[in-house]
Parts: sequence; C-alpha cells; structure tokens
Amino acid sequence: MEPNIFKYVWRHSRAEQIIILVLVLASLPFYYLSLNLPKQIVNQGIQGQGFEQPGSTQTFFKVDLPFAEDLFGHPVTLFDGLHLVQPEMLLALSFTFLALVLVNGMFKLVINTRKGRVGERLLRRLRFELADRILRFPLPHLRRVKPSEMATMIKDEVEPLGGFIGDAFATPLFLGGQAATAMLFIMVQSFWLGLVAAGVVLFQSYLIPRLRRRILVLGRERQLTARQLAGRIGEIIDGAVEVQANDATNYERADLVSRLGRIFHIRYEIYQRKFFVKFLNNLLAQLTPFVFYAGGGLLAISGHLDIGALVAVIAAYKDLPSPIKELIDWDQQRLDVQIKYEQVIDQFQPPQLIDPALQAPDNDPGPPLEGEITASALTLLDDGEQPLVRSVNFTVGVGDHVAIVGPSGSGMEMLTYMLAGLVAPSAGTLRIGGRDIDRLPTAVTGRRIAYVGANAYHFAGSLRDNLLYGLKHRPLRAAADGDAAGHHELAEARRAGNPDLDINADWIDYEAAGATGADDITHRLIEMLVLVELKGDVYRFGLTGTVDPARRPDVAEGVLRAREALIARLRESGHDDLVVRFAADSYNRNASVAENLLFGTPRVPAFASAALAKNPTVAEVLREDGLTEAFIGMGAAIAKTMVEIFADLPPGHPFFEQFSFISDDDLPEFRTIVNRVDSAGAGALDKAARELLLGLPFNYVEARHRLGLIDDEMAARLVEARHHLAERLERDWPEAVEFYRDDAYNAAASLQDNILFGRLAFGQAGAEQIIGDTLAEVLDDLGLREAVIEVGLDYNVGIGGGRLNSVQRQKLALARALLKRSDILVVNEAVSVLDGSGQNRLVERILDLRRGKGVIWTLQRPEMAVLFDTILVMRDGRLVEQGSYDELTGRDSAFKGLVAAE
Amino acid sequence: MEKAMSIDQEVEILRRIPIFAKIEPAKLKLMAFASERVTYKPGQMLFRQGERGDAAFIVLKGTADVLIDGSDGPLRVASLSENEIIGEIAILCDIPRTATVQAETELTTLKITADLFFRMLMDFPEMGVEIMRVLAHRLEQTTAQLRQVQAAH
Repeated sequence: MEPNIFKYVWRHSRAEQIIILVLVLASLPFYYLSLNLPKQIVNQGIQGQGFEQPGSTQTFFKVDLPFAEDLFGHPVTLFDGLHLVQPEMLLALSFTFLALVLVNGMFKLVINTRKGRVGERLLRRLRFELADRILRFPLPHLRRVKPSEMATMIKDEVEPLGGFIGDAFATPLFLGGQAATAMLFIMVQSFWLGLVAAGVVLFQSYLIPRLRRRILVLGRERQLTARQLAGRIGEIIDGAVEVQANDATNYERADLVSRLGRIFHIRYEIYQRKFFVKFLNNLLAQLTPFVFYAGGGLLAISGHLDIGALVAVIAAYKDLPSPIKELIDWDQQRLDVQIKYEQVIDQFQPPQLIDPALQAPDNDPGPPLEGEITASALTLLDDGEQPLVRSVNFTVGVGDHVAIVGPSGSGMEMLTYMLAGLVAPSAGTLRIGGRDIDRLPTAVTGRRIAYVGANAYHFAGSLRDNLLYGLKHRPLRAAADGDAAGHHELAEARRAGNPDLDINADWIDYEAAGATGADDITHRLIEMLVLVELKGDVYRFGLTGTVDPARRPDVAEGVLRAREALIARLRESGHDDLVVRFAADSYNRNASVAENLLFGTPRVPAFASAALAKNPTVAEVLREDGLTEAFIGMGAAIAKTMVEIFADLPPGHPFFEQFSFISDDDLPEFRTIVNRVDSAGAGALDKAARELLLGLPFNYVEARHRLGLIDDEMAARLVEARHHLAERLERDWPEAVEFYRDDAYNAAASLQDNILFGRLAFGQAGAEQIIGDTLAEVLDDLGLREAVIEVGLDYNVGIGGGRLNSVQRQKLALARALLKRSDILVVNEAVSVLDGSGQNRLVERILDLRRGKGVIWTLQRPEMAVLFDTILVMRDGRLVEQGSYDELTGRDSAFKGLVAAE
Repeated sequence: MEKAMSIDQEVEILRRIPIFAKIEPAKLKLMAFASERVTYKPGQMLFRQGERGDAAFIVLKGTADVLIDGSDGPLRVASLSENEIIGEIAILCDIPRTATVQAETELTTLKITADLFFRMLMDFPEMGVEIMRVLAHRLEQTTAQLRQVQAAH
C-alpha cells in the first residue's frame, strides 16, 4: 500500500480536491466584500457620507472593466450604475449585505459538503482495502493476528482520516496564501520590520515541529497501547472459560490496570507537551508585536520610520498570527493522521498476500477435476522454518477414497490444508490433474474441493444460511427490483474503489447442489440433514420455532389440522388426559395463574409471564374484579408454606433455585410478613408487603405445586378476570397479546404450542414421550414433518454456532461441505466429537454417497481405514507408508502398529 | 377434573410410612413439595427389574404389582398399596432394581428422586438417624426370622 497518506489521498481524489480548491478560491472575493460592506453601510447608508447635500445621489453598482486603462488607455465602464438617494442607498447596501451572507453561506455549505464527501469516500476506500487485505491474508498469517486489534484498526483508527482528507490540500493552500499575503504587505510597508516578523515565523516553524517530535512518538505509543488493550479485551472474552475456571479474573484485572496506567501516562504526557507547545506558540506570536512596539517605536521616535507605516505594519500584522497558528494546527493534524495511517497499513502488509486475480469473482471453476493428485517432495515449514511436512511423495486418483492416519502432530492436518489449497507448500509441488494447486484460482479450490475441519465455524444466522454458505461464490441472479442495490448505490461503490457486488442478489449456486432453484433446494438441504443425522435436531428446532402465517399460510393451516388430529389420536389411544387443552371458559390447572389470566402469547415484554405481576393493566383488572385481596391471601398462603418448609435450609441451597417461589435473600422479609399476617391479619400490612404478596401467586401452578389454592370458585373468578383483561387489552393494547383461540393459528407461539394448544398434564407417567411420539405420527400423517423441518432451518445458530452443541456443529459443517458436491472432499478430523459408532455410520454413509468422487479423510481411529481405497500413514511429517488396507495389514507395518495401539 | 390431593394430605400419608414417621412435618412437606406426583395407568411400569434405580415411590392411591422375572415369564410376588414405599433399597444401596413394579389399578405415587433423598439426608441428619433406626430394626427382624428358620431345621 502507498506509505504516504498525501500521495494516497491525491491519487484517489485528485479531481475532487481541485474542485474544492477552485471553489475555495472563488469564494474569497465574496468573503472580502462581505467584510468591507458593513463599514460602507455605516459610513454611507447611515451616517450619510456623500449625501451632505439634500437630494444628492451616489452611484451604486457601477461596474468598470478591470485593467481597462492599462489595456486600452482609458477606463471602460460596463455598467453605469444606479443613482440612489440616502435611504435607497442604505436599503441597497443592506440587501447586498444579505445577498453576500447568502452567497457566503452557500459557498461554505457546498465546500463543506464536498469536503465531507471526498473524505467519506476515501475512508470507505481505505476501509475496504484494509478489509479486503484480510480476505487475502494467507491462513498462517491470519492465525498470528488478533481479531479485535484488526477490527479496531479498521473501525476506529482510520476514522480521523475521514475528517482530514477534505482539508488535506485546500486548507494549507488557503491558509498559506493568507499568511503570505499578510507577510508581503508587512514587507512592503517596512522591509526591516517584515524581516523581523518573517524571522519569528521561521523560528516558530523550526522550533514547534521539533518540540512536537516527542508528541508524535507518544501518539504512536498511544495508538499501539490502545490497540493492544482492544486485543487483550478480545482475548479475555475468547478465553472466558479459562479465566473463570482458573479464578484468574483478578490477574486479568491487574493486567488491565497496568495497561490503563500506561495509557494514562502516555496521554497525560501528550497533554502536558501539547499545552506547553501551545504556550510557546502564543508567546512567539506575541513577540512580534513586542518588537514592533518597542523597536518600531524607537525607530519612529528617532525618525527612521514613518509613523503611518508603523501603524500600517501593526494593522497588517493582526492578519498574520491566526493563519500561522491554524497552519501549525493543521500540520499537527497531518502528522497525527500520517502516523495513524502508517501504523495501520503496517499491520496490513504481511510478507505474502493471496493474489487478487485468484479470488476474482468471474473466475471459472472449469471442468470437473480429474486425473491424479500428485505430491512430489511436498514440504511445509512453519514460521521458524521447522518442517511440518517433510518431502512427501504420493500419487492418488482424484476420485479415490484416501485415508490419512498417524499420531497427532504427524503433519496430517497440514497435509489436508495443502490438499484443500488453504496453505501453499513451502517447497515441492502438489498437482491436481497436472495443475499446481497454489496457482489454481479459489473458484477451483473453493468449489471443486470441499474442506471440513474439526472446529468448523458457523456464522450467526439461520441453519439454512450456514448450509448454503458453500454455494455463494458470486451474484448469479439480480435481486428482485425492490431489494436490488440501485444503480446509484453501485456507482457510488465504484467511485470509492469498492467492487460492485450486490449482497441482495441471489448468490446461491443451486446447480452445484444438484437443485434447479429456490424451490427444490430445501429438499437437498433435508437430504444432507438426513445423511449427517441432524434431521431429528432440526425437527425439534422447528417445533419450538414460529411461523408467520401470512408468509406460510400452508404451514399455519396444517398446524391447525394437526391440532385436531392430535387430540383425536390421543383420545383413540386413551391418552387424552395427558394434555389439558386451553378453553376460553375454563381454568387450566396445569398452567400458571399468570398464563391463565393472560390466556395468550405475549408479543411485548410488558405482558410476559414474569412481568405480569408488575403490569398496571393487570393490577387494575384484579382490583376491579375484587381479586386483589384474594391474591394477597394466596400470596400469604404461599409465603407461609415457603417460610415453613425452607426455614431450616442454609442460604444458597439449590432447592431455593429449583423449587421456591422466594429467593433465599428475601426469605427473612417474608418471614416477618407471615408473622404479621398471623398476628394481625393481612389488613395490617403496609403497601410494600402487600405488593410482595400480590406478586407471588402469578407463578403458581395448581397441578404442580399442589397447595390447594385454586378451588372451583377461585377458578371461576380467574376465568372471569381473564375475560375482563381480554376486553381491556383489546381496547388499550390491541397488539400486546395474541390470544389462544381454538380455531386460529397463534403467530406468536411456537409450532409445538400451537399443535398442543394446551399444557402437558403434570405427573402423568411418560407423558412427554407419548405426546412427542404421537405428535410426530400426526405430523407424518398430515405430511407436515418437512414443513416443520423447514421452520427448523430458520433456527438461529448463534454467534460461532454457539446455540448448537459440538456434535451438531460438526454435523452441520459436514452437511455444508457435502451439499456442494465437490470433486474432492477433504475431511480433517471433522467427526472427532461423535461417539465411535456415530463416526462409523457417518464415514460409511459419506463414502457411499461419494462413490466415484474423491474423499481424503484424516482418521482418528485407524481401523476405519478399511473402508478406504488407499491409506497414507504419516509420522513426524513424513509419509512412512502407503497402500491398500490389505497390503498394509498383510505385512509387518507401521499401520498395524497404529491399529494395535488403539 | 378430579379434585387433586393437596400437599398437606401427601404429608399425612408420608407420616404413616415408618421411615418417615418421626420426621418433622415441615421437612416432609419440603420433600413432598420438591417431589413430583406421578400417575400411572393400569399396566404402566414404574420400573423394570435390572434397571438402575434413580427414585423411590410412595403409593398415594391405588395398588401395584411386584413382579420377578421367572423361567416362565414374570412372577407376581407381592402387591403394594397405599402408604407403602417402593424401591428405596435400590437408591440406598445403588444396586439394580430387584423386581419389576407395574400399576395394577390407576396408581398415584410421589416420586422421590435419589438426588432429593440424599440431599434431604445430608441437610437433615436426624432424618438419616431415623432411617438407620428403621433399617436396623428391619435387619434385626430378618436376623430373628433367620434364627427361627435355622432352629427349626
């Protein structure tokens, strides 16, 4: 990258910078006119200079051709001007002033907007270039950088550049021009005084930058320490398990404290020096007038200098310090930005970058790979030039099934990296179909070859997006009109040197997955899920997922049919007592009081079960229905039981967490309340205590907690309150809750809750299993299982796949790799967290699917190699044996040793 | 819906079981509160012979058959009814279930998990002493029976 920010800015924004410069120059005459005009208004318009005689007029807006006398020998008047009396003149001058104010304002607006735009464009370009470089970092280099440091560089450290770029050229020219003019004027008035002023300015411009050298060094340190702090914070988050598991939080605190201390000292020193320089700067600026007053004054007294000239010099000097000061400030900013820029780009210049031509979006994956994979003297060295893979030679067919076995650290992993084109060999060659792998474009290595590692990453987003990730290489079909990035948007991207790739276009290469389009790709996804045994998991995700009935009316309608079918089937098998269905007119003893009152799914947090006790609308309904006292009574009964049975348990006992309505911290308070109720009745309680008790019954589930609080009468009153609350909600909060209706799909509830339309009865042996099985049967009968799985495909996997377990993550990574039907599949211990039989099943099934297509698999369990055509045995980075399973087991071999060692 | 038995009634039943007889009602209430009440339909199994035991059951209502695997299929060796405890040996000794238990009629039980049971013992040692006393008493009875049998031979 260009090491000098000025050259970088000039190269990418020359035209814009020149336009800004021209605009600045064009604005100057208007600016000076507007400065001069007030004097004219006061003198002529108000005080009446030139209007001494009544009825006298003055010429306004007379335009003479400039330099006409020199050119033609006589003045040329273009416009004779208007002859105006005093009030007319005043108004004319005032309106001229107003017009100049507008013109100046418009100039400022246009110039600043243009400066802003050129700055933002260049910032966009720079950020893209930096991020683009990360995409081109070779993997071994990427492993050495800290992600949070990289992020903070692209995000924060280059940010100030945006503000500076617009001023990069215009400001110094403008200010420099101003200063030079003032200086020239002083020189004309008095050469010697001019020389003094120039001397001070020169001294200033010599001294100040020298004083600032140390500030620059500190600035560099400040940037580095702040970046390292960001890196450390990233590390603390990545290593959170180790930090907490080793009780190392205080060690980390100490580390943070020492870093912050360093940053403090650096920043404080910068401040001290900055203000000292400022002080010196001001002092020097005032030194010149001192010389003028003292020296010039003496000269004037002694008659060597004309007093008029001295006054003119002093007047001219007032225009000098401010542009000089601003220039010095600009220079400071320039150095600052230059340092930031250098510091950032320095981190983005690794010894090697992937050639952009290899990643070009229009590269052709070419015909299917065929022929042989040949490694000759294939060698890979690490940073320290230590060999990881040493001079390996082998030849296998592209379509062969190859197992790589060996102890860990034998170089197997590195070999697979090279085979997948992820790491370039240090020496020797690796050829596929006669072509060197490190010269193949990524369109070939990333599409014709699939790679799955043990710790495959998943991107935050849906399962579907993660499965399809392997099919998105370039935009294939333009997005629908409404979504497509507009012509303007893409043109702007090009102006900032960004590629015009539209993220909203359809990128999915359906054909590569063996599908024809968006409609049948889902079938392929499900096939892959079946193959890797992930279908059951996705089905369960689907059951807990929600569907927008407007988008999928078929699913919503199917769910309603399933609701009826489930209850019919349960009735048939005599299990209809396992689900207690919701009914608008009856109390559900298997649901909490809160759920019974709301009788619907909350759409806003204020109506969530946990928040209902504090909801003012609910409190109002309870009060109007005379239930407040009843709730306090129930609360008192619950509190009494809790106080009684948890009394002897030590605080922090797990039972509190598991069973209690009351946390161990609050228990003493409730004990006091219960005692008070016992001695003086609930009426004697204060407002806070009543509110505490009022909140308790909301979570109470009669069938589970069995305190006998909800008798038939109370149940009827609660149902009454439910209707009342519903009316109130429909009036005041129509969007807050989606009510349970037996004939309608509830968009806010999960598929499973929609089908069950009730609660599992507590305490029925095996209820969950029976209901789960029956539900599955019903969905199969109605042909809805696939729809549920489709909903499951929308499940958000979380950051880094955090909402999946490790087995699911590995299976998902395999499914993604299989989906793109590559010519070669490289699997690097990607089933390691599965149990033995799971591994066996998966390997067999994948090899079966890929009959005739290449598979290269590093095996953790060497005996599985029996399923492969060829086995490569690695040890200490060397290929020690190769051959078929029979060959290698037929004689005394290292392979036999590996199998035996297991 | 049938009116459910409240927790206080469950405590009453627990108190009629010898190993719980002398334990404070508040603690029994905690145990009842922390336990699930599980209902079985006639023919449904509580557990099978040979399984690892993870819970004891107290019969609140109904009867259950105790079956032992014989050469000609399961053999009914006993019937259990209200106020009786089932399967406490398996959780105390951590041995596999010695018999299969199946609901004969509709059966309501209080399922006390091994985890809960041991936690209660740990938190309330006096409960452990009570249980030790009952078990020692049982052992003494068994020994006496054995002595009688030996004397009869």
